[in-house]
Amino acid sequence: MAKTSTDTEIGGALALRAEPVAPRSWRMRRTKLDQRLSPYAYVSPFFLLFIAFGLFPLIYTAWVSLHSVTLQNTDEMEWVGLDNYTRLLHDDRFWNAVVNTFTIGVISTVPQLLMALGLAHLLDSKLRGSTFWRVSLLMPYATSVAAATIVFAMLFGRDFGLVNWFLGFFGIDHIDWESGNWTSQIAISAIVTWRWTGYNALIYLAAMQAVPKDLYEAAEVDGATRWHQLRHVTIPGIWPTIVFTIVISTIGATQLFGEPLLFGGAGGHSGGADHQYQTLGLLLYEQGWFNFQLGRAAATAWTMFLIIIVAVAVNALLASRGRSAFTLGRKAREA
Amino acid sequence: MIAVPRTRRFFGKSVGERRGGPLTYAVLALVTVFAILPLYWTVVAASRTNADISKTPPPLTPGGNLFSNIREALDQVDMFKALLNSLVVSGAIALGTVFFCTLAGFAFAKLRFRGSTVLLVIVLATMMVPAQLGVVPLFILVAKLGWVNHLQAVILPTLVSAFGVVFMRQYLIRALPTEIIEAAVVDGASTFRIFRSIVLPAARPAMAVLGMLTFLTAWNDFFWPIIALSSQNPTVQVALNSLGQGYVPDRSIILAGTLIGTVPVLVVFALLGKQIVGGILEGAVKG
Repeated sequence: MAKTSTDTEIGGALALRAEPVAPRSWRMRRTKLDQRLSPYAYVSPFFLLFIAFGLFPLIYTAWVSLHSVTLQNTDEMEWVGLDNYTRLLHDDRFWNAVVNTFTIGVISTVPQLLMALGLAHLLDSKLRGSTFWRVSLLMPYATSVAAATIVFAMLFGRDFGLVNWFLGFFGIDHIDWESGNWTSQIAISAIVTWRWTGYNALIYLAAMQAVPKDLYEAAEVDGATRWHQLRHVTIPGIWPTIVFTIVISTIGATQLFGEPLLFGGAGGHSGGADHQYQTLGLLLYEQGWFNFQLGRAAATAWTMFLIIIVAVAVNALLASRGRSAFTLGRKAREA
Repeated sequence: MIAVPRTRRFFGKSVGERRGGPLTYAVLALVTVFAILPLYWTVVAASRTNADISKTPPPLTPGGNLFSNIREALDQVDMFKALLNSLVVSGAIALGTVFFCTLAGFAFAKLRFRGSTVLLVIVLATMMVPAQLGVVPLFILVAKLGWVNHLQAVILPTLVSAFGVVFMRQYLIRALPTEIIEAAVVDGASTFRIFRSIVLPAARPAMAVLGMLTFLTAWNDFFWPIIALSSQNPTVQVALNSLGQGYVPDRSIILAGTLIGTVPVLVVFALLGKQIVGGILEGAVKG
């Protein structure tokens, strides 16, 4: 095709600069329209699907939560005002689930992220077989929640579990992991930690590789040990990523569902005989799909959403303080 | 194996070449054992009898009962149907996600349009939206459409991902020179023609990685499938849920069922692990 000067002008219009190129022919007008509108068409599937299946249901949850809706007849919604919420807040099971979700969240997230940080630090050096290490650390992530939980429930079995057998060497008697309050929550946290530590380590590793190398060189000239480098160069350097993983883990921990559901085997939705590991996610599922009360389930879901907002805000606040602690430490050292 | 640093810089070791010492390898080996052990034990227990794995000390090597256990597990749950359904669901989600994310990634990477920065920030922000909590209205919607127990109920809601959009954008910014696109515009190519003839071929490696990651995530998705589907038309995770919550007393049979639902993805993962790891490292940088 012959290149004319007008064609070149259209080329410049790709960037949609404000150059006044008067459309002189139908073809040119079509090209201009294509360049102006196509980008929106290309990003629209993402936004349309997100609005339809992500944002709209989440917001509509608030509306459903003000109604009585049953699973058997989802067409009939009866207005009940805030009844579902008052009922929820007066329900011991709800507060039990709040506490369980919080404790499991803490004992699964904190060790997980700390270990991931340490692992990433180890991986961030010249290693033989680095691909092998990375792939094997990611195998748990590739294992599904359901499969991992079925296997771990047996590993933590009272009579024939490998964990109790191993603890036997240290003179520890058979622990009934499932029935205990703390023991069941520790076991469930172990599943979460097992599945996510390697993944988070890779996220941290990616961030660490982007930290400028001359910072490490300067630290080494100062005689900083590897531990000092981790504390004063690496951690401040990857802080945004750390905050990101904290936020994502908080959101994930608040919605924890599959691990406690399958850990108890049959009837897992109640979270153990004493509901000792029933999380908010399980409570929601029980209300909606075992007690058939979708309105109450929606109230729980919306409450969880508010809890997530508060938890993320608190974590973000702590994180910003945490960062200043690290940078203050560095400044003090530099002084 | 322990690596001995072979070369040392004259003035101490340089940071760029910081090598792992014996301790590094020891710790990594230990962690790897922990990462692999539950999977290895699954193979051991699934290939033995229930009586075998109830012994003290427990067996630590595979036995010869794998196939009979698998046959019994298949009697309990329809794992073939589950595998086929999971293949259809994960395949459709992977294809859709790769296509839509490449399209959007291309627009964000190479086309300038009003509001693109704001839209990109919104895409990033959606990663933080706990969409799972919208499960009640989503279920009501699916019930109204008559989709409960149908595969489209689990395919449609997960057909895009914010991670995918960001990931493809990153890749295209780096891998596709803007001059090529400008030249194509000069030649009179439409934007979609450019996408088809230039962007798609150039994006192929990243599309493959995104496809694998999406397939894996879709295969392992749990919460929504067990609500939208049932054991009559299960995906693998729904079948595992019935198996794990069911009343099969035989642990070796439960684990045999778990194994056939898990091995396909783990094998693919082990074979393509390098690319998948690379993808996570790549996508995480701007995450």
